Amino acid sequence: MDMKATSGKKLGLKEKYRHMTRGLDWEPSYQKKEDIYPYMAYEGIKIHDWDKWEDPFRLTMDSYWKYQAEKERKLYAIIDAYAQNNGHLNVTDARYLNAIKLFLTGISPLEYMAHRGFAHAGRAFPGAGPRVACLMQSLDEIRHAQTQIHALSNYNKHYNGFHDFSHMLQRVWYLSVPRSFFDDAVTAGPFEFMVAIGFSFEYVLTNLLFVPFVSGAAYNGDMGTMTFGFSAQSDEARHMTLGLEIIKFILEQDPDNVPIVQRWIDKWTWRGYRVLTLVGMMMDYMLPKRIMSWKEAWEVYFEQNGGALFKDLARYGIRPPKWLDQIAFDKDHISHQAWATFYQYGAASDFHTWSPTDDELDWLSKKYPDSFDKYYRPRLEHWREQAKQGKRFYNTTLPQLCQVCQIPMIFTEPGDPTKTCYREVDYLGEKFHFCSDGCKEIFENEPEKFKQAWLPVNQIYQGNCFPDGTDPTVEDFEPLAKVLEYYHVNFGRDNLDFEGSEDQKNFAAWRGMATTNE
Amino acid sequence: MSTVFIALQANEDTRPIIEAITADNPHAVVNQQPAMVKIDAEHSLVVRRQTIEELIGRDFDLQELQINLITLSGHVDETDDELTLHWNA
Ligand SMILES: [Fe+2]
Ligand SMILES: [Fe+2]
Repeated sequence: MDMKATSGKKLGLKEKYRHMTRGLDWEPSYQKKEDIYPYMAYEGIKIHDWDKWEDPFRLTMDSYWKYQAEKERKLYAIIDAYAQNNGHLNVTDARYLNAIKLFLTGISPLEYMAHRGFAHAGRAFPGAGPRVACLMQSLDEIRHAQTQIHALSNYNKHYNGFHDFSHMLQRVWYLSVPRSFFDDAVTAGPFEFMVAIGFSFEYVLTNLLFVPFVSGAAYNGDMGTMTFGFSAQSDEARHMTLGLEIIKFILEQDPDNVPIVQRWIDKWTWRGYRVLTLVGMMMDYMLPKRIMSWKEAWEVYFEQNGGALFKDLARYGIRPPKWLDQIAFDKDHISHQAWATFYQYGAASDFHTWSPTDDELDWLSKKYPDSFDKYYRPRLEHWREQAKQGKRFYNTTLPQLCQVCQIPMIFTEPGDPTKTCYREVDYLGEKFHFCSDGCKEIFENEPEKFKQAWLPVNQIYQGNCFPDGTDPTVEDFEPLAKVLEYYHVNFGRDNLDFEGSEDQKNFAAWRGMATTNE
Repeated sequence: MSTVFIALQANEDTRPIIEAITADNPHAVVNQQPAMVKIDAEHSLVVRRQTIEELIGRDFDLQELQINLITLSGHVDETDDELTLHWNA
């Protein structure tokens, strides 16, 4: 077929988009639609007309490849130069590297899961518009996973803890938090997946992950992370737009969709918010040169921007997500509660923790005038004092985990930061434990799903987290040592305090070589 | 009133784009942050192809924005000539 335009006039954006996406779709003639798209009905969402889908960016596959190729060329040129020039020695301070260890183990694998999830959702939708948008996002997400792994592999040549992230993802206790979050999303139906990841995560929460953190990487001299971060983020505007369009589309199609979508928004805002606790900790404690506090980022990207969004969605009968009062109160607390946890469990993780310097404590006091001095600073100072006397505190009692978010029970009661929040539910003769009203209600809506959660602490106690052939009945059995072996964490090298670590010594020696003639 | 925003990487490609956005949206507020620029605007914001072309002295396809875009908020509408962000409420 000769497609050459005879008029010599270039197609306009809208026409080109129409021809290249919807124009390539067809109606099936000898198979039933329900057989081709088997996941369209069971979630209860009613779609009457897929052609009502709006495509705001109108990007076609040919332009997509062109712009993505351009992004990749820029990215790899910078990554190569950064590596060739030993750019890692320009980061503010080697403690910073622990934030990106957390990124590699906790976040990059989620990019890969997003790739799988969008490929699946795109395949499931009968409409050509969302199918093409999901296809592009699926390709973006695998690009994000790959570029992050490539960029961070440079650090693996020089520093500890980067060596086996995909093995760790399936095993290490705190990594079950991000992993189970995404597993929950990809095992949901395609509409819930789109509300969970496309809307709640990408639209409402992803800015909190990428914008301040990646800008923070730039601020800390990490050109590698800045580059992959912004390169990934450049796809994000398209993802956010897809997330917003899918919500509007579902809500406009049928009023019966509203309560279903509302429950998903409540669930996934809470789930996403819990996962972002890790990011709050990275921003407040792990960037030596701080860019903005977690609380400030939350106010800009969630309260202001999310506020505008939910005001806009009100006309469909959608209200803001549940538990916002608690979320608003907790912005003064969660990053401190999380850091205290990782500090205590510093013997059981694959990165280093440390006592903040005076300068850092003062910054936190300034940024958190209502909470830091009263609740958190004294504890950090006490621990620092103990560490100075050679009694660095390591907690060796495993914490109880929340059945839904899988975070240890570290959060406090709504409105009372002195009291641990704790909820439970009896289901089929078993007791299940939760960190909050949000996680409890999510369980109550889907107990059959969440009762199956693989909780790392419970699994350790059941003897499922030791290397093959381990005999826990031998005399002097050291469970922690065996668990770390199972995780592929090298004790004393990848974990414990940053002070005295190999990373600290190497960085100081190498930086010395780079700046003197020694 | 609700605010929309667009954030771009701070580099030579985006310098004229930011200049064009400021010229076309006198109500916009430009925030410089490490390695990026975030532009906030009450209610709506428009990026015009023609204004950018005048500043760079060559043809510009608005989809080139994709390369240096970091994030945005609001409903998006894109034509050959303009990219608009707005909130309805
Ligand atoms: Fe991504
Ligand atoms: Fe929880």
